[in-house]
Amino acid sequence: MKKALVTVSALSFILAIGLTAFAVTQKLMSVQVKAGHVRSQPSFLAKVITKLAYGHRVEVVEEKKAWVKIHTQKKNSGWMHVSALTKKMIVFKPGDADFDKSASKHEVALAGKGFNEEVEKKYRSENKKLNYDEIDKLEKITVSQRKIQRFIEEGGLQVKGGEE
Amino acid sequence: MKRKISFITPFIILTLMLFGFILIPEISDANFMDKLKKVGSNLEKDLKKESGKLKKNTKTGLEIGKKGVEKVKGTFADFTPEQEYYIGRAVGASVLENYKPYKNKEVSRYINLLGLTLSQASDMPETFGGYHFMVLDSDHINAFAAPGGLIFVARGLLRCCKNEDAVAAVLAHEIGHVQHKHGLQAIKKSRVTSTLTLLAAIGAAALADQQMSELSAHFGGSISDINDTLNKGYSRSFEREADRAAVTILKKVGYDPAALVDMLEVMDQDMKPGGFGFAKNHPSPKSRIKYVKGRIPPGEASESKPRQTRFQKALGSI
Repeated sequence: MKKALVTVSALSFILAIGLTAFAVTQKLMSVQVKAGHVRSQPSFLAKVITKLAYGHRVEVVEEKKAWVKIHTQKKNSGWMHVSALTKKMIVFKPGDADFDKSASKHEVALAGKGFNEEVEKKYRSENKKLNYDEIDKLEKITVSQRKIQRFIEEGGLQVKGGEE
Repeated sequence: MKRKISFITPFIILTLMLFGFILIPEISDANFMDKLKKVGSNLEKDLKKESGKLKKNTKTGLEIGKKGVEKVKGTFADFTPEQEYYIGRAVGASVLENYKPYKNKEVSRYINLLGLTLSQASDMPETFGGYHFMVLDSDHINAFAAPGGLIFVARGLLRCCKNEDAVAAVLAHEIGHVQHKHGLQAIKKSRVTSTLTLLAAIGAAALADQQMSELSAHFGGSISDINDTLNKGYSRSFEREADRAAVTILKKVGYDPAALVDMLEVMDQDMKPGGFGFAKNHPSPKSRIKYVKGRIPPGEASESKPRQTRFQKALGSI
């Protein structure tokens, strides 16, 4: 009985240490694009399950070439391309104190810092001939993954290396 | 017995504490760092040190330009995708100062469908604002790639393309420029350093008027640097890098990479030496043909009737 108690305690301790190590090595990343695509498989051909907004924090659970399997805070999971993610924590409109607090804990990227909408506005006002209206129209053009898939199929394209 | 129980007790207490610590349901960043603290990570110390540097920079922010302010070491790669996006928009708006968009919905739909299919197979499928493709109403044999994925192709260059694979080759080459951030690399190093130094100094603080003016000047200067390079042409090594990326993308999607060679051969015949456009801002097609040919595995060109049909429908009268 006493021996069993000692064994159980020791095993629990080892398990706890293992879980702690797992928790500590947990890797977090942030979405660094306006709308990061989350796919069902690690391939550019895979279905887009959802899109995550800029700054969204995700947990990395697996890595495969240029693809990262992620868990969101809502426990959803899927695959994202590394180009959509950064190791930095993205902070939005902080007060000085908040920024310092975050900066003391993480490598931080401040959203909207540097060349941003405000700078563009000033640049635009100083260069009236620039054709930003057509750029705005151009950015509104979107193509769904379903249409891309159909385009590939109809064109008889034999895609290779979708997972790279 | 008492001795053995007292021996086991610390194990049980420690185990319960560890379980309690792990079973925090929310994976928040704060909790994550707390965990790190509790296991005695040294990370906190390092980060505090970095924070100290940041505070120091913030305090000296208003003294930029004065003697003693340390320059931040950095490169074009330190621009975030968000900043790259705003640079790209400005470069695109500049391109459209000189060129008009070709207003044709079918052409626009086709180019964007093809371009996005290719961009997904690149090494940088995700950019801050995504890839967008525009046909320019111009006879010039030319194309431009603005940072962040805004790609412009003149009608004159599309007329050199005999099939969809050739158009894919043109777009894949431009995607290669975006993927390798060739536009950002055109910004003068001194300007990148000045911009990054200013940004580090500002930190999280709101921009003072003078800082805003300074930042805008750096922005305008960066756009000029990129526009100058787009007009003069990228270096031979950047063009080769974009050609290599194009071959890789074309192979991945299933297009014939030899289409890049075909397209270059047509261009070579159509272009006037020393003329405007591709003739001016790219290395000669002949030198590119030789280089690209050496990177294409032997194989027969794939013919596809559906591809040719949709190509003719969309770009037959371009």
